[in-house]
Amino acid sequence: MKFSEIWVYLSATPLLGLTVTLVAYQLAFWIYTKLKLNPLANPVAISVALLVFLLWITNTPYATYFEGAQFVHFLLGPATVALAVPLYSNIQTLRKNLVPLGGALLAGSLVAALSAVGIGWLLGASRESLLSLAPKSVTTPIAMGIAEKLGGLPSLTAVLVVATGILGAVLARGTLNLLGVQDHAVRGFAVGVAAHGIGTARAFQVSETMGAFAGLAMGLNGLLTAFLFPLLVRLWGG
Amino acid sequence: MLGAITVLLVYQLVGEVFVQLTGLPVPGPVVGMLLLFITLIARKGVPETLRGTAQQLLSHLSLLFVPAGVGVMLHFGRLGQEWLALAVALVASTVLTIVVTALVMRLLQRR
Repeated sequence: MKFSEIWVYLSATPLLGLTVTLVAYQLAFWIYTKLKLNPLANPVAISVALLVFLLWITNTPYATYFEGAQFVHFLLGPATVALAVPLYSNIQTLRKNLVPLGGALLAGSLVAALSAVGIGWLLGASRESLLSLAPKSVTTPIAMGIAEKLGGLPSLTAVLVVATGILGAVLARGTLNLLGVQDHAVRGFAVGVAAHGIGTARAFQVSETMGAFAGLAMGLNGLLTAFLFPLLVRLWGG
Repeated sequence: MLGAITVLLVYQLVGEVFVQLTGLPVPGPVVGMLLLFITLIARKGVPETLRGTAQQLLSHLSLLFVPAGVGVMLHFGRLGQEWLALAVALVASTVLTIVVTALVMRLLQRR
């Protein structure tokens, strides 16, 4: 049996799509660790690049790959529900700082979505792209759900969210230093609202306080955007 | 472990059913997350097994985005045409969000 025949046989079963996803991710995570957790070496970005290249050189359609990869994809739902646990762990922090956190969350959440959509619209991006762009600062599982509800493209959203996270993790330090913001609570919360889980991971590398505030911001921003945005789009008459 | 996964799936299912019944334009799992959050507040604590399972699942959270991310290959045409608008929007909006969030929080803390 020639190699290409084996590939054709295997690619018709879910086993291959599932296995290459796990292998690509582990490889990407190994590279990320070797590069000392540099945000530019984001494991999601690297795994996606590896897999797109693999599918492209083997001429495999995305639908065939997804038949296997859907088992991983399915876990996004329960993982989203599980976000309630870390959110609850930070509830004391939230209670003590209700006004500053609530105000900053509302302002940051609105600016994140409106500025992205506004700038994209001025520069001539299409309607589907704008709807996919709106939840870009929200953690990926929630963002993809929002994009789907709004009529955007969840897979484009996944990529835009990861890109936003990398940008936030890379740009946060310089931006906050320029503003003269030193407080780790404020720095963490700002990074969490703007750059979700990737920003949170970066914040935890700096300090426990910064990480906790970033994680809280990520959870709250996901909830707020999920409820606020579909309503805003509806009010505008879509 | 098994019990905790069942709990997560049941909350997700209730969330999905809630969204279908009310027609609320919110993802079902997000409603499930909110319901679980409210439950945890009501019972004033997280069961150990649920905490462990949630940590396990969330420690590999970024793996779960990969299958959908690979779907970007379906949008290469669109990205080829719109990449500049999307890139500018992402960079400018990310910086703006950091600035506004930090300034508003600092302002409200000082009151």
